[in-house]
Amino acid sequence: MTTSVIILVVGVVLVLTAVYISWRAGRLDRLHIRLELAREALDVALVRRAAVCLELAASRLLDPATSLVLASAAHEARTAGPDQREHAESDLSRTLRAAVDQERFREKLSEAPGGAGLLDELDTAVAKVVYSRRFYNNAVGVTRTAQRRWLARTLRLAGYTEYPSFFEIDDVPPLTMAAE
Amino acid sequence: MRVGLVCPYAWDVPGGVMAHIRDLAEALMADGHHVSVISPASDDDDLPSYVVSAGRPVPVPYNGSVARMSFGFLSAARVRRWVREGGFDVLHIHEPLVPSLGVLACWAANGPIVATFHASWVRSRAIAVAEPMLRSALEKISGRIAVSDAARKSLVEQFGGDTVLIPNGVTVSRYVEAEPLPGWGPDGDTLGFLGRMDEPRKGLPILLDAFAILAARRPGLRLLIAGPGDADDVYQRVPAEFHDRVVLLGMVSEADKVRAYHSVDVFCAPNTGGESFGIVLAEAMSAGAPVLASDIPAFRKVLGDGQAGALFSNGDAASLAAEAERLLADPDRRAMLSAEARRAVLKYDWSTVARDVLRVYETVTSPGTGVVEDKLSAP
Repeated sequence: MTTSVIILVVGVVLVLTAVYISWRAGRLDRLHIRLELAREALDVALVRRAAVCLELAASRLLDPATSLVLASAAHEARTAGPDQREHAESDLSRTLRAAVDQERFREKLSEAPGGAGLLDELDTAVAKVVYSRRFYNNAVGVTRTAQRRWLARTLRLAGYTEYPSFFEIDDVPPLTMAAE
Repeated sequence: MRVGLVCPYAWDVPGGVMAHIRDLAEALMADGHHVSVISPASDDDDLPSYVVSAGRPVPVPYNGSVARMSFGFLSAARVRRWVREGGFDVLHIHEPLVPSLGVLACWAANGPIVATFHASWVRSRAIAVAEPMLRSALEKISGRIAVSDAARKSLVEQFGGDTVLIPNGVTVSRYVEAEPLPGWGPDGDTLGFLGRMDEPRKGLPILLDAFAILAARRPGLRLLIAGPGDADDVYQRVPAEFHDRVVLLGMVSEADKVRAYHSVDVFCAPNTGGESFGIVLAEAMSAGAPVLASDIPAFRKVLGDGQAGALFSNGDAASLAAEAERLLADPDRRAMLSAEARRAVLKYDWSTVARDVLRVYETVTSPGTGVVEDKLSAP
């Protein structure tokens, strides 16, 4: 009698533990999916911003000096390796601020043929970098906390997924297009 | 884009969150998107075509006030069906920390979820107890938006992470035209104020002091005040001989509020600080009222450094009185400020705000993603 009760109790505990662990693993898996999607969105936003900058630089709507700094910063951002990427993207943000915050830049550009459309695309691209980076860093924070949990570490619930790192850049938009 | 909006509070009770969702939904639809809103509602008949009822709201005390919310099996089932049948590209939840439809929607759905945080709250026992549950709901949210710095701050302090800031909008077209209130009208000698009378930060005492200075010099000057608060406190601050020239309307309806903006020559916003945006200011600008505001950074920005409205030194009644006198004496400048204000306020129109929200939607969605029912949590 007592033996069967003990076996029953041990069995129930084992099942509950298994359910709990699989729930934790499932949750971690969901977080990883979210993180991956956020990372993709951030990549898309950064590439898009650099592309719009290059397009603007090549549009002949700007003076040659502005075109040149904008094009070179955008090119640096596009081609930077993983280690230099945060630097290069921050530099692009700074260059954009210097270019767009020139006196009457917006007015002049929107008067030029095709300029208003480009300006609109630039606004969107800049805002999306800010948004996607916030969302990505949020996902990193949550995932890191979940991976650091005792259970996740001991049972290697994260599998071979890397410990994610934040993406830290200066993405402050130009004053005249500040979304906030 | 197919958007599902989740409203936590009763649709038939006017409130900030509900108005925000209504205006956002209408702006998105005007832009050609498909929108469905699910909300607690006591009467199905009066709902706009885009609103689905999740059941009767129940008054519950939460976070320091009584809110009319929906929860329970019936509401959970309705939210689940709405998610399953909606075919949404993105689900946009409002106030996900409120135990109402937002939490239920988070529970029932998987996929791109955006959440907007409206209220700020103090760290309370209730939130601390509920934190683990709320945390797992929050984990499903891919994009977080706060409508004010205060809301953003309390979220970040409590749960960490970060949010993007997209402030409330104004539906400019609603304020553009209205009849002045009976017995009022821009007559060259009317000042106006709108807001809580008993909240020091709204700055009414400064305006009252300025009025006392000016009223002695201008015998025809009147002051129109709309907003909740204690009338005695107001009259105590004004010398007795001017009492009949200060008129208190108390709480006013939405329609009367618009009419009040059209009844004054100078609309005063003497706020001493804390306004992250100043919705009242934006409304007055939409109505084309010449604005005189304190020079706090938020107002300075909205008014384009004095281009779209006059500014006075924050907290200084004498400065307010001097500026108001100059404005009252100069109809041309008032007309110019009014025109400038109508132009400047377009930046805060809902169509602009909705565009920013749409950018958030586009950031969290990608081809192949979509909102689906979370089968794991199915009963």
